Amino acid sequence: MDRRRPALLAAVPLTATLSTRTPLWRDVRVLKWVVQLVVVGLVVALIIWLYGNYVDNTAEQNIPTDFGFLDNPANFQITGNELSANAAVRQALYQGVLNTLRISVAGIVAATLLGTLVGIARLSSNWIVSKLATVYVEAVRNVPLALFVLAGLLVVVLGVFPTIQEAWELGGLAIISNRGVAVPWFLGAGFGLLAIGAVGVVAAWLVARWRSSVSDRTGALPRSGLWAGGAFLVVFVVGWVAFGYEWTLPRLDGRRTAGGIRIDPSFFALFFALVIYTASHIAEIVRGSIQAVDRGQGEAADAVALSGFQRMWYVILPQAFRIAIPPVGNQYLNLIKNSSLGAAIGYYDITLVAQTTVGNGSPAVPVFALTMVLYICISLVTSVIVNIANRRMALVER
Amino acid sequence: MSSAAHRSGPTIWVRRNLFRSPVDGALTIVFGAISLWLIYKTISFVFVTGRWDIIRVNLRLMMLGRFPDAHVLRLAVTVVGLAAWGGFLAGFIHARQVRSGRVSEDGQTTIGRVGGLVARLWLPALVVLLLLVLSSTPGPWITVAIATVAALIGRAIGPFAGRPKLGPVGSGLVFVGIGAVPVGLYFYVVTAVGFDDWGGFLLNLFLAVCAIVLCFPLGVLLALGRRSTLPLVRVVSTTYIELVRGAPLFVLLLLANSALGFFVPNSLAPSTSTRAIIVFTLFTAAYMAEIIRGGLQSVPRGQIEAAKAVGLSPARQMGYIVLPQALRNVIPAQIGQLISLFKDTTLAGIAMGLFELLQVTTAVPAQEAFRGQGLIGETIAFAALMFWTVSYTMSRESQRLEKRLGVGVR
Repeated sequence: MDRRRPALLAAVPLTATLSTRTPLWRDVRVLKWVVQLVVVGLVVALIIWLYGNYVDNTAEQNIPTDFGFLDNPANFQITGNELSANAAVRQALYQGVLNTLRISVAGIVAATLLGTLVGIARLSSNWIVSKLATVYVEAVRNVPLALFVLAGLLVVVLGVFPTIQEAWELGGLAIISNRGVAVPWFLGAGFGLLAIGAVGVVAAWLVARWRSSVSDRTGALPRSGLWAGGAFLVVFVVGWVAFGYEWTLPRLDGRRTAGGIRIDPSFFALFFALVIYTASHIAEIVRGSIQAVDRGQGEAADAVALSGFQRMWYVILPQAFRIAIPPVGNQYLNLIKNSSLGAAIGYYDITLVAQTTVGNGSPAVPVFALTMVLYICISLVTSVIVNIANRRMALVER
Repeated sequence: MSSAAHRSGPTIWVRRNLFRSPVDGALTIVFGAISLWLIYKTISFVFVTGRWDIIRVNLRLMMLGRFPDAHVLRLAVTVVGLAAWGGFLAGFIHARQVRSGRVSEDGQTTIGRVGGLVARLWLPALVVLLLLVLSSTPGPWITVAIATVAALIGRAIGPFAGRPKLGPVGSGLVFVGIGAVPVGLYFYVVTAVGFDDWGGFLLNLFLAVCAIVLCFPLGVLLALGRRSTLPLVRVVSTTYIELVRGAPLFVLLLLANSALGFFVPNSLAPSTSTRAIIVFTLFTAAYMAEIIRGGLQSVPRGQIEAAKAVGLSPARQMGYIVLPQALRNVIPAQIGQLISLFKDTTLAGIAMGLFELLQVTTAVPAQEAFRGQGLIGETIAFAALMFWTVSYTMSRESQRLEKRLGVGVR
């Protein structure tokens, strides 16, 4: 072979090797760029066409395309928010964002609790409990959320709840009527209380870390959950007394309620619907995650004679939550986006504020573009939080 | 939950499943009481306190909206045609699977097969029967009867159409026919009536089916784009998917309703129903793309390498080897997305004022004959039953399909 090579090279003329280079239209590198340029060109052409139409149509109808509408007066009231009638659209949108955050946070907390309970209940050894949980999940998951939202307002609040004259008073702690639900609230609640809460959370976190380090050194039961909860409570109560805050109980005052805080019918209905609906999805995720935990873990817990609760709380659930975080985070994002359905029943979240201000003559495209940007920002922040939680909880392998 | 005990009997079952420990017993009593109360409430609502006249009177409105009287016959023909088509397809596919050895036919008696069908479809059949009982005209009865017969005939003919005897031309014709029937029926209905006047449950189904069919190719393209090695294509697909997934569908529908007209020349401005279909398609395609991407990632590398080794072109590697496996692996997730799309069609009513079932449901109690009687509970319960039946049947069928295709089983 080696002996023949020089002869072979000599036999093939140099020009022939050059001319067998791949032609341009078969060269992968060239083709890749051509495909990309064609795709991008088509997309850009589409955008230019749409934008051109938009400019033409708005110019024809004298519709502004900038964000100047933000400073126009909003000309509508938001129930439950202090918003003067001549406040700017900007302020109304701000209230809308706050309302969206309010319903989202409340809904996420409640749906997580209910969903986890139902998910565990589905795997209960008790026949009635597991069947009831299954019926709940299968019944709720297959019905549109919009139907729950409307049913929450039209059937539950306006149908089942009594009139204000015959309101249900639950031991003076809550007053339920078709005007809404009134519950106790902190007097002068605001940033002061929020700050105390934040300090409490930090204290709880520190105590939990201390307990787990004690447990590592001495082998004592950590009980970090109880300790952290206690620490939060102590800080909160002490701060609350020290700053002289009080609370008020709701009471009936003729045809309205006084004291406490009144939860609007629309808020209540939206909360009810979002929690019922999202909890059924979270329950399925929790169930799947518990089943995904290795069987040996439960058997090991049984082998060291843990009780049923200990087995669940210390062995199964921590591992199940690790699996459940990403899909549950998706459900949180869904809940936030689904809260836009509040617009259907008059809950002034971002969407209804946007819809109302468009109805009042603000240009539709900038308003809804802004709305979408706001939702995308909220979603991004949420998914960053979920990702951080996921990374902290994820199993560190090697 | 299944016990491998030697003894059995009602007492032991009760002790094991209801009164294992004192806490368990307490749970049983509390939740047993709640269950009994719920069952009592449901039964008394359905049979005693519920006033179902409002459904009987408005059944036509709830199912079809303001569909013009003159063309209802076309709907009936379409239903019959689709039934025959579905039966034919079922027989055709079954025969092919038997021939390729994927499904064994032995041990399947006629009675067993009918029993299996009843076990699968008793729920929608029961609801259809309920609707028939509620209807005041003979038309629906006749339609359903003929449709049932047509489906059975189609099922009987189906297996013959797949025989190898037919030759390439014959089987090609069969495939073209299978594709042409639904398209033909679509034009048969739509050219005469247009779908702008449709309403009720028909509109929910129609919007969902249109968006499902249209979103699928777009979803596949976006998924391939996101997985592409070409950076610009990837950026375009990813941006689109993430933007759409970040925004609520409700806001997109509002935007389309009040602003889509700005983005096209006036002569092209689409009708409200068309707008809804466009938004549902574009929205679901983004979610579909993510699901299909998951499927693409689940196909082992060896498959592509094997396809390359036997000299398939990139397009054929994708079309013959990767995509079929990818799509099969994510069938449950895809059907889940379609169910959620179907449920989301109610938003078209709220955001755009289309007269779909939920809008009818809330509008009907305000009719003169029923005003002020608090009948919203009855109408909402009826609408919930409709949506629930379709979604639940779909999710059960998807579980069955998953088992039959052996996803995750090697």
